Amino acid sequence: MKRLLVLSATAGLFLMTACTAGTETSAPKIDASSTSHEPVTIEFWHGFSADNELKAFQDTLEGFKKQYPWITVNATKAVQDDQIIQSVRGGNPPDVALSFTTDSVAQFCKANIFQDLNPYLTASKINASTLFPKVIDEYTQYAGKRCVMPMLADTYGLYYNKKLMKGNEPPKTLSELADLAKKLTVKDSKGDIKVAGFVPTSQMYENAPIHTGVMVGAKWTNPDGTSAIGADPQWKTLLTWQKDLTDWYGYDKIEKFRKSFGDEWSADNPFNKGQVAMAVDGEWRNAMLAADAPDLDYGTAPMPVADDQAQRYGAGFIAGTVIGIPRGAKNPEAAWDLVKYLTTDTNALVTLSNAIRNVPSTLPALQSPDLKKDTNFQTFLDIFANPNSTTLPAHINSAFNQQTLQEAQIKWESGRAPDLNALLAGVDKTINEKLKLTAGD
Amino acid sequence: MATATLGRRGKAAPFRTRERRRANLRALLYLSPWIVGFGVFFAYPLISTVYFSFQRYDMFTLEPVGLLNWKYFLRDDAAWTSIKNTLWLVVVMVPLRVVFGLGVAQLVTKLKAGAGVFRTIFYLPSLVPLVAGTLGFVYLLNPGTGPVQAILGAVGIPSPDWFGDPAWSKWGLTLLALWSVGDLMVIFMAALLDVPKQLYEAAALDGASAWQQFTRITLPVIRPVVMFSAVTGVIQTLQYFTQAMVAARVASGATDSAGSVFTPGYPDGSTLTFPEWLFQEGFRDFAMGYACVLALILFAVSMIFTLILLRQFRGFSEEEA
Repeated sequence: MKRLLVLSATAGLFLMTACTAGTETSAPKIDASSTSHEPVTIEFWHGFSADNELKAFQDTLEGFKKQYPWITVNATKAVQDDQIIQSVRGGNPPDVALSFTTDSVAQFCKANIFQDLNPYLTASKINASTLFPKVIDEYTQYAGKRCVMPMLADTYGLYYNKKLMKGNEPPKTLSELADLAKKLTVKDSKGDIKVAGFVPTSQMYENAPIHTGVMVGAKWTNPDGTSAIGADPQWKTLLTWQKDLTDWYGYDKIEKFRKSFGDEWSADNPFNKGQVAMAVDGEWRNAMLAADAPDLDYGTAPMPVADDQAQRYGAGFIAGTVIGIPRGAKNPEAAWDLVKYLTTDTNALVTLSNAIRNVPSTLPALQSPDLKKDTNFQTFLDIFANPNSTTLPAHINSAFNQQTLQEAQIKWESGRAPDLNALLAGVDKTINEKLKLTAGD
Repeated sequence: MATATLGRRGKAAPFRTRERRRANLRALLYLSPWIVGFGVFFAYPLISTVYFSFQRYDMFTLEPVGLLNWKYFLRDDAAWTSIKNTLWLVVVMVPLRVVFGLGVAQLVTKLKAGAGVFRTIFYLPSLVPLVAGTLGFVYLLNPGTGPVQAILGAVGIPSPDWFGDPAWSKWGLTLLALWSVGDLMVIFMAALLDVPKQLYEAAALDGASAWQQFTRITLPVIRPVVMFSAVTGVIQTLQYFTQAMVAARVASGATDSAGSVFTPGYPDGSTLTFPEWLFQEGFRDFAMGYACVLALILFAVSMIFTLILLRQFRGFSEEEA
């Protein structure tokens, strides 16, 4: 019986070790492109779901098919990061996967969820540092490993409804934004909001701190990965400003108003419907407005900055879509052909950019004469080119850090946590403890 | 002589050993379906969970970290918040469901006319899928567009932001649980209809009031069923997940977009339950080693309640005997 127990325990431990996905042992042999032109079908998971995006993406894939007729791409839409990770864990990943957020890049690279693309780049003689703008480098690699490539970039700015602005110019500082927001707000006899000049709470669609922190140049982490939030006075500036404006509306009133909004990605978006005069949003909104609210007269501008940082006006947050080859992909060579096409082919990037109005992610595509540059889109190209624009560098707990700060923000905005210093100190503590758990010595 | 004795023993012993071994093997063969099932679906996962709880495990790579995950649990504020919330639901929601389910069952068993209609009305919500039911509730109670707020507002009654205010969010979930009390109602109805009528007739002749009849006859007779409902309710509530997750997600207005992150528990962690935090740590943040610590704690607590249930049943069986 004892022998049986020992045997079972040994087998159990062996199974446990065997069932945990191992690490890659050697670099794969890479060719510049598929050497075989045998017909092959590759699975491609992406996160696009809006109709205009799906159509544009399909058109781009047809361009790929013309260049690589032996490769058929079987695309699956609306896939989230956790589905990608689970598929790799389960040993049945797609050949190519695309992620809308850069939050998982550190995890993708550290745990080898996506393959290191440096050997592919070397084999294809692609120099990433000269092909992509510098800021993109920060969010497509982690600890020297490039496991994803950038496929279009996103920048964030201020959209304003010209009719609701009543002739006012877009604000350049937070004080101007607050004053104008109050001036443009319309309330009914009960004090309920009918039109908001600007919804300041962090829960408003794109008002997450990752986007709005840039308005004050706030810092997330120290070089050792620990939290810099509590010690950075800029976060206090931003949160105090948000709270003051929220209090002017009344938290209950602004929440009631916010909860009457339609889906962000539908034609019922409050900006489309004229429920808000100004809103923070990404460059992609241009294409959605063209599709869903073609008659809306609107303009775009950089996000306002802190009153004492006028020289930073014009900067914004930059992130983007990333794409790579998951570990265990069945057709890595054909997969690399698709990744290479979608991330380095100027025509493909310009075509996609023109259709869904994302910012092209390579320098040649940005300078392409075929890139449509209307006034509203040009704002985002300028934000992208601004040297003060920043991204959130890859961090192993990127999503957790953002969640922790945003939860604290909600408590603060609602008035349920009155001591901002204590609140942000708590954010630091939580983030630093989590860092020890996931990456400490 | 001694050698001869030993020799005789030496001859008989292998025979008996062989027999015993054969019998043991036969028993093992008969037991093998259970042993395989137990090993694959219980023992192996349990041993793995204990093993992983001492590892830093992101579901791809393993790194031994000793007691780090266990120590982190003691400092993890969110885990303690989730424990408090889960206990609140156990202490408030479970008894309310039992009392409400028993009350409704009493009413519908006493009805002379239309009993079938009322039984159907009260039972149907428990057939509604959890996600759909929760979505419906959050929509009805939405402060911006919900009809409940509009109706109450029209007659001048203020209504809270049920799923947006931490003081009310767990009560919102409790309302949802009471709405779908049909499963308990059916169990209680069966128990109530099983109470011998003669007991009530005798009590009525002795002048017992309705309340006395309920407390002296009904409750003692259906006590095992009440106990069963309460303990299974506690075990289910320790695993409370779907309704809290859906309600928080929808009520927060969180959107699926780059840079927008959502943590269960909105607002202010007030609806964060222990299984939700386990899921978040294991399958969202990929701190699977730590999630295993949480899983083991949940297992231990659930096991305690299961043992209570088993002991109660044994008690009832002995009483009946």
